[in-house]
Amino acid sequence: MSTRTFKIWRGDLHGGEFHQYDAEVDEGMVVLDVLHRIQALQANDLAIRWNCKAGKCGSCSMELNGRPALACMTRMNTFAPDEVITVQPLKAFPVIKDLTCDVSWNYEQNKRIAPFKPKPRGRDGEHRMYQQDADRVQEFRKCIECFLCQDVCHVVRDRDRKDAFVGPRFMIRLASLEMHPLDDDDRIPEIKKDYGSGMCNITRCCTDICPEHITITDNGIIPLKERVVDRYYDPLARLARLFAGRKVRTKTHTEEQSR
Amino acid sequence: MNVSEIQTFEHDVLVIGAGGAGLRAAIECSARGLNTGVISKSLLGKAHTVMAEGGMAASLGNVDRRDNWKIHFRDTMRGGKFLNQWRMAELHAKQAPERVRELEEWGAVFDRTPEGLISQRNFGGHRYPRLAHVGDRTGLELIRTLQDHGVHQGIHFHMECTALRLLVDGGRIAGVAGYWRDTGRFVLFRTSAVIMATGGGGKAWNVTSNSWEYTGDGAALAYEAGAELMDLEFTQFHPTGMVWPPSVRGTLVTEGVRGDGGILLNSKGERFMFDYIPKRFASETADTVIEADKWPDDPSARRPPELLTRDVVARSIRAEVQAGRGSPHGGVFLDIASRRPADSIKRKLPSMYHQFKELAEVDITTTPMEVGPTLHYFMGGIRVDADTQQTNVPGLFACGECAAGLHGANRLGGNSLSDLIVFGRLAGVGVEEYLSAMSANPRADDTQVTAAFREATDILNRETGENPYLLHEALQEVMSTNVGIVRTGEELQTAVEQLEELEVRAQNLKAPGTSQYNPGWHEALSVKSLLIVGEAVARAAYLREESRGAHTRLDFEGERDECGRFNIVTKKGPGGEMQVEKVQRPDPPKELAAIANATLEELEGGQVQ
Repeated sequence: MSTRTFKIWRGDLHGGEFHQYDAEVDEGMVVLDVLHRIQALQANDLAIRWNCKAGKCGSCSMELNGRPALACMTRMNTFAPDEVITVQPLKAFPVIKDLTCDVSWNYEQNKRIAPFKPKPRGRDGEHRMYQQDADRVQEFRKCIECFLCQDVCHVVRDRDRKDAFVGPRFMIRLASLEMHPLDDDDRIPEIKKDYGSGMCNITRCCTDICPEHITITDNGIIPLKERVVDRYYDPLARLARLFAGRKVRTKTHTEEQSR
Repeated sequence: MNVSEIQTFEHDVLVIGAGGAGLRAAIECSARGLNTGVISKSLLGKAHTVMAEGGMAASLGNVDRRDNWKIHFRDTMRGGKFLNQWRMAELHAKQAPERVRELEEWGAVFDRTPEGLISQRNFGGHRYPRLAHVGDRTGLELIRTLQDHGVHQGIHFHMECTALRLLVDGGRIAGVAGYWRDTGRFVLFRTSAVIMATGGGGKAWNVTSNSWEYTGDGAALAYEAGAELMDLEFTQFHPTGMVWPPSVRGTLVTEGVRGDGGILLNSKGERFMFDYIPKRFASETADTVIEADKWPDDPSARRPPELLTRDVVARSIRAEVQAGRGSPHGGVFLDIASRRPADSIKRKLPSMYHQFKELAEVDITTTPMEVGPTLHYFMGGIRVDADTQQTNVPGLFACGECAAGLHGANRLGGNSLSDLIVFGRLAGVGVEEYLSAMSANPRADDTQVTAAFREATDILNRETGENPYLLHEALQEVMSTNVGIVRTGEELQTAVEQLEELEVRAQNLKAPGTSQYNPGWHEALSVKSLLIVGEAVARAAYLREESRGAHTRLDFEGERDECGRFNIVTKKGPGGEMQVEKVQRPDPPKELAAIANATLEELEGGQVQ
């Protein structure tokens, strides 16, 4: 057992400051354990979101010494023995109180995405899908919606272009639909125009931070960008489609309706 | 306090809880044209359903064609030691396959068989590979599928909102008083029907796989409103929780590890489960290592004893530790490393690999895990009608873990996720029937509303009082010491006495700070639910003088036939006291009794219809 020093941001939308707490730390503890101990003994009203405490629900996202992380999966022995641990809420979203912030923007983005549209079942009443095809989509579906990727995304965090880009989380949600072997919808125009696939400049910060180790950029966003390019910018593909007499959608549903 | 100034929502039905059961219920209500609201203590998609790992049981027969609903029904009844509600077990076994297929229709991506169908894995107590799964994160897949489908169904989601009290009018449900966790403001829901989907009350124990949300709110609020609770003595200790380091003690290690070939060893390296095979399962369980090792590749080999039901395995682990054959940190060893190649472990059990690597610095592909029992699940809960999920309070429904009946004395792994989707849907059907037969809407009077809010604000306004976190710890100490995996009448009486003392102290809880996002205040409010549930468990456990399923009495060994004829029902008496009584079980329908008692050969051959 040792005593460690924490600097925890306390406040709300109107402002706040760092408060210092000294806490006893036992072997094997993670940051969330220490925060709970501080909450129980020194600061009963310290606001923290958490649930499963096993890295499966993505609730306890915060910034530890400036790096976005899950407090439940960050072991105390990953810090130097005398390191002061600074704890702040996610920066990309408005703070509610202390370490909690308003992540409702993410839920609004999810709702904008058109639902899964299944192909008809086979004659035997079953959907057939092979594991190698499922694998690709299952990687994206591991996402626990911790929103750490949203927090580190330059477009969302630094440039605050929430109006133009849904962020990495929802790019892989789109990828999970677009690459779903049973999904029958064409989502490319929306991915380009409504969700802003072009905004991502491939710095891969989201992939680096993902606690589920999803290869967000290379397996999710880049293939979507490629599909957009094939649709809109590949002259050979356009010619081929012209000769084959095959039409593809280039306008979004909203654009079609407003015409 | 003027009630007309309180923020108010009007819904046909309000679902409390947004885990698998709540979401499935809400989807059904909305699909039936009802104005549906959902409140959840957490953000959407964070409910404890995400922690479900192994899978959902449904007799699709994709991996073994011999499987059918009757065998699933029989397994469920036998696992529940014949205390299950027969009709619920029947509905569950019959409807689960259709509910699983429906999830696929809504975008779920289950692991596949080589033929491209939904794959199914072996699990404790299930005769055949029956669990549709996604690696070891099936719960996440379930909740995300329901969430992403649900947000397009016109359901009103109210996130980070807690229910304080059910409001009634002439005994019928008329609304819910609650508060927003983030702002601390009060909110009123006027609704003629409420579906409870709040999960269990594992947080009454200190070693538990449950998250902070599991404070028994649903059972406690229903009890206060006059609903009957049932089977609360049956609290499931999952055999395999993490035991080291202390901060993660209790965190779940999926049964899928054993389903995929993992074995349990004591400190001497012995596969001790062979010493603990109960008579009831002896003819279907391998009795030598050689036979167990042939399973599942050799169809004539019987199942290894590590896959006996959870109550049996948990007690056996406890007995090994008590006999001094435990692991260094007070558990036993769960070994998959020596049984399966590393890449297969990582593929089939990715989140277990991840969890042990990050939290315990153990590589499960090379090293055995240390595991021990952890409080995991409430078989008991709110008593409901099997077909409609309605309680004895008109307009109050319950489904999922907070409802009682399907699992009897012990739940089989994998029967929980299927429970959520089968009975979540049926609750929605039940609500529609109830509302369509109703003439005038009930209306709650203002005094109930203001009383609920005043009780809550008192906690903030008191000058001094009890620290809610420390009171919660004291409660956990009482339950863990006296209402554990094995029990005695004396300990249970002590528990009741100590809980009564804590209830007195809980009248004087104090949360410092304001009402805005104040976890101390939230804790104080949920401790009250835990006290009710804790007392109900202790009293029911005292009354059941036998050992059956998850309930083990050291002073009453073994099952007693006469105890198999009743369930224990708990309700609030006219003077506010807790009443506990034995309620006679009706005779089962002949067809169901025949199936439950048939041999496997008869069911596989279709001789029992």
